[in-house]
Amino acid sequence: MVLVFAESQKGNFKKTAFEAVTYGYKTAQVLGTECVALALGTAHNAADLGLYGANKVLHVADATLDQFDSQIYAKVIAEASQQVGAKVIVLSHTSTGKSVHGRLAARLGAGSVAGVNSIPTADGGFKVKKGVFSGKAIAEYEIKSEVKVLSVMGNSLQPAVVGSAAPVEALAIAVPASRVKVKSVSRIEGIVPLPEAELVVSAGRGMKGPENWGIVEDLANVLGATTACSRPVADVHWRPHHEHVGQTGIAIRPNLYIAIGISGAIQHLAGVNNSKTIVVINKDPEAPFFKAADYGVVGDLFEVVPKLTEAFKQFKAAE
Amino acid sequence: MKILVCVSKTPDTTTKIAFNASNTELDSNGVQYIMNPYDEWYALVRALELKEALGGTVTLINVGPADNDQVIRKGLAIGADDAVRIDMNPPSALNVAFQIAEHARAESYDLILLGKETIDYNGSEIGAMIAEYLDLPFVSYATKLDTSDGKTATIQRDIEGGVEEVEVDAPFVMSAAKGLAEQRIPNMKGIMMAKSKALKVVTPAAFEDKAVTVQYTLPPAKSAVKMIAPENMEELVKLLHEEAKVI
Repeated sequence: MVLVFAESQKGNFKKTAFEAVTYGYKTAQVLGTECVALALGTAHNAADLGLYGANKVLHVADATLDQFDSQIYAKVIAEASQQVGAKVIVLSHTSTGKSVHGRLAARLGAGSVAGVNSIPTADGGFKVKKGVFSGKAIAEYEIKSEVKVLSVMGNSLQPAVVGSAAPVEALAIAVPASRVKVKSVSRIEGIVPLPEAELVVSAGRGMKGPENWGIVEDLANVLGATTACSRPVADVHWRPHHEHVGQTGIAIRPNLYIAIGISGAIQHLAGVNNSKTIVVINKDPEAPFFKAADYGVVGDLFEVVPKLTEAFKQFKAAE
Repeated sequence: MKILVCVSKTPDTTTKIAFNASNTELDSNGVQYIMNPYDEWYALVRALELKEALGGTVTLINVGPADNDQVIRKGLAIGADDAVRIDMNPPSALNVAFQIAEHARAESYDLILLGKETIDYNGSEIGAMIAEYLDLPFVSYATKLDTSDGKTATIQRDIEGGVEEVEVDAPFVMSAAKGLAEQRIPNMKGIMMAKSKALKVVTPAAFEDKAVTVQYTLPPAKSAVKMIAPENMEELVKLLHEEAKVI
């Protein structure tokens, strides 16, 4: 059986959880077994996980699980997996999933691969792939242990509706006291966080100054995109650090990445080259970013970007 | 504080990647290796700052072959007191974490620090694994670590779309993200002193690997960029809708 830990935020399941369940469902099909989801703490729409292929949802409702501690989560997920006899445990490759993934592997003596981007194959051993070396190669692993732990890279597959609402069963697992005290949690409200964003509009030094960002925000607003920036721009505080995408910033995998006035240093590409489609707007035709782009526009961004915004507006109006 | 910093050796991001004839190993010919930036710039430097403020020691640990000594010496030049290298070619993350935990168990460190991930495999697994083997709390993606007494620490950590602040008592394991400290460049004195600092080479403990690399492949070549005239943004929107199907 495949057990999927479905992450929720304030009790709501979102795209990352649906992706993980979709991955678990497809893996269960390969193995000829069923897919069960696990919800921890407050869970409002747990039955929805059935839409993406969970046969049922196990729910450990203890409210202390609303505060995250990797040690407690690993213990509860491990116990749940042992109770139901799970052979594959699937998590999301998010800050929560990544913090638990390694603990589960060590606790269960399980082979693990973090950040997988393809469904496992089971002919001649359990094998699964992930991107490595900043997207410059793909590594294939074989997991030999009886129990296997996988975390799924965000946006590496689309959640697909394959079923209907699943029954939610309470699961009784004792939750020990946490040794990590959560003092506060602050989230930027009203925007899709960059790691989850499907559309990202990003800008760099070509913008010449923070006062010029209005045209970037206008474009993002028309598209419903999240804004991002390059490292130099964050380093000089033209934009907040949480917008910095690239190797030392946030790694993103949107469907569409529009890069405005960013030259495309390899450290920047390392964080964005998993984007499905890349549009580069730069006045320098020699900018290295064009080699990694799907669509390129050579021109003055202060003229091109407002034109692009206008074209999107007309497209949206016609739709 | 008695601090252990786990350091890893990774190919520089700008390096060209090629594999051996059977595609089972990275071809290290001509590869430029560096200390993993998250380990060096953030975990190690914050460890040194804590030592400077509160006293104590900073020990480096690496799991790898003798080639790694160059990277370890750099860490000593930046200011670590001594180092341990577990002498093996690490075949899996779980094995690396197991070896580090075996060493740490006997030493009773107050704090075990490492980068949030390596820049080559981006697995982000080792810290959580070490913490589990040692039954310690683990705080990941830390951007701020404060402690006035070396016993209780207040930590800010990155979470999806926000920041969380937690409090935890030593001993614990923590992974470092950008913002935790500022990179330090080793000076000549540090480089000279590093040569005489202890680098202990240890035989690995027996461990059966559960996951192994089967092969590497190169991703499919990216098709050539399609250039669009700057005055024709309607065309770009049309292509994004009809060809790329992303809007």
